Amino acid sequence: MLSGGDMLIRALKDEGVEYVFGYPGGAALHIYDAIFRQSDVKHILVRHEQAATHAADGYARSTGKVGTVLVTSGPGATNAITGIATAYMDSIPMVVISGQVQSHLIGEDAFQETDMVGISRPIVKHSFMIKHASEIPEIVKKAYYIAATGRPGPVVIDVPKDLTHPAYTFPYEYPDKVKLRSYTPATRGHSGQIKKAVQLLLGAKRPMIYSGGGVVQGNASHLLKELVDLLNYPVTNTLMGLGAYPGTGKNFLGMLGMHGTYEANTAMHHSDVILAVGARFDDRVTNTVSKFCPNAKIIHIDIDPASISKTVTADVPIVGAVDSVLGEMLALIKEGDEKPDVTALAAWWEQINEWRDRHGLYTKNRFDTSSDKIKPQEVIQAIWEVTNGDAYVTSDVGQHQMFAAQYYLFDKPRRWINSGGLGTMGFGLPAAMGVQMAHRDATVVCVTGEGSIQMCIQELSCCTQYHLPVKIICLNNQALGMVRQWQDMQYSSRYAESLYEDSLPDFIKLAEAYGHVGIRVTKKEELKAKLAECFALKDRVVFMDIMVDQSEHVYPMHVAPNGSMRDMLLSKTERT
Amino acid sequence: MRRIISVLVENAPGALSRVVGLFSQRGYNIESLTVAPTEDETLSRLTLTTLGDDHKIEQITKHLNKLIDVVKLVDLTEGSHIERELMLIKVKASGAQRAEVKRCVDIFRGQIVDVTSTLYTIQITGASDKLDAFLQAVGDASIIEVVRTGVCGISRGEKVLSL
Repeated sequence: MLSGGDMLIRALKDEGVEYVFGYPGGAALHIYDAIFRQSDVKHILVRHEQAATHAADGYARSTGKVGTVLVTSGPGATNAITGIATAYMDSIPMVVISGQVQSHLIGEDAFQETDMVGISRPIVKHSFMIKHASEIPEIVKKAYYIAATGRPGPVVIDVPKDLTHPAYTFPYEYPDKVKLRSYTPATRGHSGQIKKAVQLLLGAKRPMIYSGGGVVQGNASHLLKELVDLLNYPVTNTLMGLGAYPGTGKNFLGMLGMHGTYEANTAMHHSDVILAVGARFDDRVTNTVSKFCPNAKIIHIDIDPASISKTVTADVPIVGAVDSVLGEMLALIKEGDEKPDVTALAAWWEQINEWRDRHGLYTKNRFDTSSDKIKPQEVIQAIWEVTNGDAYVTSDVGQHQMFAAQYYLFDKPRRWINSGGLGTMGFGLPAAMGVQMAHRDATVVCVTGEGSIQMCIQELSCCTQYHLPVKIICLNNQALGMVRQWQDMQYSSRYAESLYEDSLPDFIKLAEAYGHVGIRVTKKEELKAKLAECFALKDRVVFMDIMVDQSEHVYPMHVAPNGSMRDMLLSKTERT
Repeated sequence: MRRIISVLVENAPGALSRVVGLFSQRGYNIESLTVAPTEDETLSRLTLTTLGDDHKIEQITKHLNKLIDVVKLVDLTEGSHIERELMLIKVKASGAQRAEVKRCVDIFRGQIVDVTSTLYTIQITGASDKLDAFLQAVGDASIIEVVRTGVCGISRGEKVLSL
C-alpha cells in the first residue's frame, strides 16, 4: 500500500527514470517528501523551472530516453511552458509532472492555481489530470508510452496535492504495458509505397537525400549512412538532423535551408528526386514553397502522417518508422537487379563538386581570415579541433547557433543539441546540464552568446551543486547578433534594442562568483591556447568570454521573400 | 467546400477542448459543432462542419487523428449521407400574420410547439439549407429569436462509424 506521492515516485523508478529535473513548491511537497524517502530516482534541483525542462530535454536528446520534469503548480507550471513548447516543436520525449492545488480548490482561483492542462494543451502531445490516486501507476505508464512512441513529444501529468497525501494509501502495481484504443503509432511503412520509392530513387539522375531530426530521433542514422554509401548519393541534413550522416563524410553537402550551404541548397534546387527522411519541409528549409525544387519528385518518409504533404506535396508518401522503412528499402535495393545510373551520377557529382569549389562552405574559408578581430566561425572551427570533433555541443539561439551548425562537423547523432523549431534563447546551458548528467565523462560544450546566456545564467549555480563541468563558449559580440544582422539587411542598420550600451556583466567575475573558472579572449592569436586551457580543465565549469567581430553576418542566407532554394546571399557583397 | 466530419472521441474531460483547440490553434474554421455521448458511454460523438479545400481537410483529419482522445473519424461528405439540424425559432404572429406563418410552417413541415397571443415558437428540422430557406421565407422583420443545434449526420447505407 502506497500513498499517491509514493506511487508516483515508485512508478518513475519502475519506468526506469534515473533523473528528475525539478523545483519544489507547495502543491508538490508530498511528492518531494516521497523523493526524500528513497534513493533510486535522483532529483536535480535547477534554479528556474524553464531550466528543468531544457535540462530534461538535453538529457532526452543525448540519450534517446524520456526526460522527466517535476514542478509545482501555478508559477512552477507556467515557467515550464517555454521548455515544453521547445520539446514539442522538436518532437522530444518528455514527461512533465506538475503539482496542482487540492481537488476541491480547483476552479476557485486558489493560491498558486493555474489551469496547467489548459495552458499546455497546444504544446503537448497529450496531457492527463489525475482524478484519483489509484490511477497514478497506469497514467504514468501511459504518459511515458505516449511520450516515447510514434512521433515523440512532451506529456503533462497534473497532480492535485490531495491525491498525493501520505495519509491515504492504495495497492500499487505498475502495469507491464498499456493499450490505448485510440493510439496506435505507425511502425512499418506500406510495402507497395516502399517499392515505388526504391524504383523512383534508383531511376534518379540527380538525386538528393534530405534527412532530418526524425532520423536522429528514430535511431536510424546507421541505416541512412548505409543507404547513402550503398547508392553513393549526395546527402544533406537539416538543422535538427546534423550528425545523422557524418559531417566529415564524403557524400555530405552540409546543412540545407536558410543558412545552409551553397552546395546543399543548389543541389536540392536542381535535383530530380528527393528522398526526404524524417524531415518536415520547414519554412526555414524550403524558402518560397511554390519555388521549391521545381523539377524534383519527392519521396517523403515520416512517422507522422500530418507531416506529409503539409507544405510540400509528396509524390511517394510513406508513413512509418524511419528505421523500419529505410531497412526495407535497403533490403530491396540489395536484393534487386536495378542499380543506380552510374553515368548520370558521375555527372551529378561533377556538377556538385563544381558548386563546392565555387562557393562551398568547407572548400575554402568563407570568412575573412586576415581580419585582426576574432571571427565567430574560427572559434567554432577551433572548438572542433580541440575536442576532436567528438563533443556534445548544445547551443542557444542566434548567430552562434548557425555558426556552430555550419562549422562543427558532427560525425555522430545525438551530439548536436539545439532548439531548432521554437528557437528558444536560454536553452543552451540547462540543456548542457542534462547532457552532462547523462554522460558524466563526456566533453559537453555550450556554444552561446552574451544575449542568450543571460536568459538562463542562474543555472551556473546548478552546475556547482551537481559538479557538471560544462564548457560555456560565449561568442560575445556585444549585440543581439542575429537581430542586428537583420537590422543591417532590412532596416538600414537601425539597431533597435539590439545593443547593450556597456551594461554587460563581467562574465569572468560572474563565473568566479559561482565557483567556476572564467577565461576571457580578446586577441585572435591567443584563441587556440586559451581554448586548450579551457578543455584541459576537465572537472571545472569554464566560462569562456570570447570577444568576436560584431559586424560579422551569417552566410549563406536565403534571399527572402520570394526566393527559391538556390537564391542566396553569399557574403555582404555577393549573391547567387 | 463545406465538409461534415464526424468524430468518435473518448468521453473524457478535456477531449472536447483538445478538438476545439486544434481548430483555433491551426487556423481552421468551425462552422458548427455538436457533441453528445453515444450508446457506448465511454465514447462521445462529435459532428463538426468546416470549410476548406482538399488539402486543408486532409490536414484537419490527420491532425484530429493525432489527438490521443480521438478514436475514429469519418468525413461524411466523402460519401452519400444524411444530415440534419434542428432549429427553434420565435416569430411574430399577430393578426393576419398568424395564418401566414402557420402556412409557411406547414410548407416546411415544421411544428408550432408553443403559442402566445403575439408569438409562435416553431420547431423545424432538416438540412442546414432548408433551415436557411425557412428563415428567409419568414423574413427578418418577423424573427424574434433563433437557436440552431448545428449539424449532425450519418452515412447512408451499410457504412457505419463505430469501433
